[in-house]
Amino acid sequence: MNVLDFARAFFGDGAHWHGYDGIPTRFAEHIGYCLEALAIAAAIGLPVGLLTGHTGRGGNALAFLATAGRALPSFGLLVLMFIWIGLGLLPVMIPLVVLAVPPILVTTYEAVRSVDPSPVDAARGMGMPETRVLFQVEVPVALPLILSGLRTAAVQIVSTATIAAYVSLGGLGRYIIDGLYQKDYEKVVGGATLVAGLALVTLAVFWAVSRLAVSPGVRRGGRG
Amino acid sequence: MNGFFDLPSDLGQSWLGLVGLHLREALLPVLAGLLVSLPVAQLCVRFRWIYPPVLGIATVLYAIPSLAFFVVLIDYFGQSETTVMIPLALYSLVVLVPAIVDGVRSVPPETLAAAQAMGFGAVRRYFQVQLPLAVPAIIAGLRVATVSSISLVSVGMLIGNQGALGNMLYAAQTYGRPALAVNAVLTIGVLGMLADAALVLLRFLLTPWMPRKGAGR
Repeated sequence: MNVLDFARAFFGDGAHWHGYDGIPTRFAEHIGYCLEALAIAAAIGLPVGLLTGHTGRGGNALAFLATAGRALPSFGLLVLMFIWIGLGLLPVMIPLVVLAVPPILVTTYEAVRSVDPSPVDAARGMGMPETRVLFQVEVPVALPLILSGLRTAAVQIVSTATIAAYVSLGGLGRYIIDGLYQKDYEKVVGGATLVAGLALVTLAVFWAVSRLAVSPGVRRGGRG
Repeated sequence: MNGFFDLPSDLGQSWLGLVGLHLREALLPVLAGLLVSLPVAQLCVRFRWIYPPVLGIATVLYAIPSLAFFVVLIDYFGQSETTVMIPLALYSLVVLVPAIVDGVRSVPPETLAAAQAMGFGAVRRYFQVQLPLAVPAIIAGLRVATVSSISLVSVGMLIGNQGALGNMLYAAQTYGRPALAVNAVLTIGVLGMLADAALVLLRFLLTPWMPRKGAGR
């Protein structure tokens, strides 16, 4: 039996398509965890990144925080939070947010900081207040890079949210963890295929969003 | 009261022993990934049409959760270190190939022309011009690969305690000693940051022509 046979057996089994352990349910749970984690991480990373990028200060502190965030093991953090907090969504959200904030934060900072200074000066010269300089000049130009940071974070969340199953939650990781303990490789391969597929869908969504949201003038500029 | 660094004996290792094991399990795959990614990246630079499909495969591989990778490999390599190291090597490869391709491609054509005019052959030009100039990009890729590899080894705990420092997480749960989990998370985090700092230092040493101010990033 190779990996493709496992996948075919998993997806061919009608029992995997219904009920609380069916693919639609687990898929919806997984997407729910991912969206929540991404929303929290964006709510932290975007404002801080925009502000520091706009003022151009705090780059070293951000780089340190980002390295620390990347270095902390998601799985270890999950187990630790599970021991401290107990059952629930919070022990899962903490490692996912810690994982996702660094790419969002650092990319946003870099994106805003590296905006061509001449249009920014022109905007200031025209009398724009700082908030309008940020949101009407810097953010539209930096948008492709900002979105790429969000995309990196989203893909990492999708693949890492599988560890939620280790602390008795649902999501696509259920198949992988259950498959591991039941020595049922069909389940593992099926779950992994679904996660990889969801990651590709995420990439496609971000591609579509950047087509819609990025101004055509910026796109022609060759970035993103 | 147990000391912070006193581990249950069933881990079979002292704390320092686990650190060594962890570093070996995390760094060997990165090294293997680097050795494989150099020729692969060179192929991608040489034959441009290979690069998009390679990037596609890399994206898919990177999206597969490490745990799923481990479990599928158990069938072939048992619950062993090899099973943990193969996926980590693949992840490193996937991070390093685009980094090296971008780095090698960003070498200005005038520089290459100058090297050629000085009589450099393709091999010498690669090792003495393109590769050194790509060092910052390669190190940037290595930093991401190394730090995530060090963090991912801990997941190996789930496949028969092959997670080095990650094994302490299981012990923390079974013996009700949260301090062990704190120890594991902090130690892994510090190891990752030290490895990152070491790579920054390496870049500093390998690129004496770069501006010295604001080396950190």
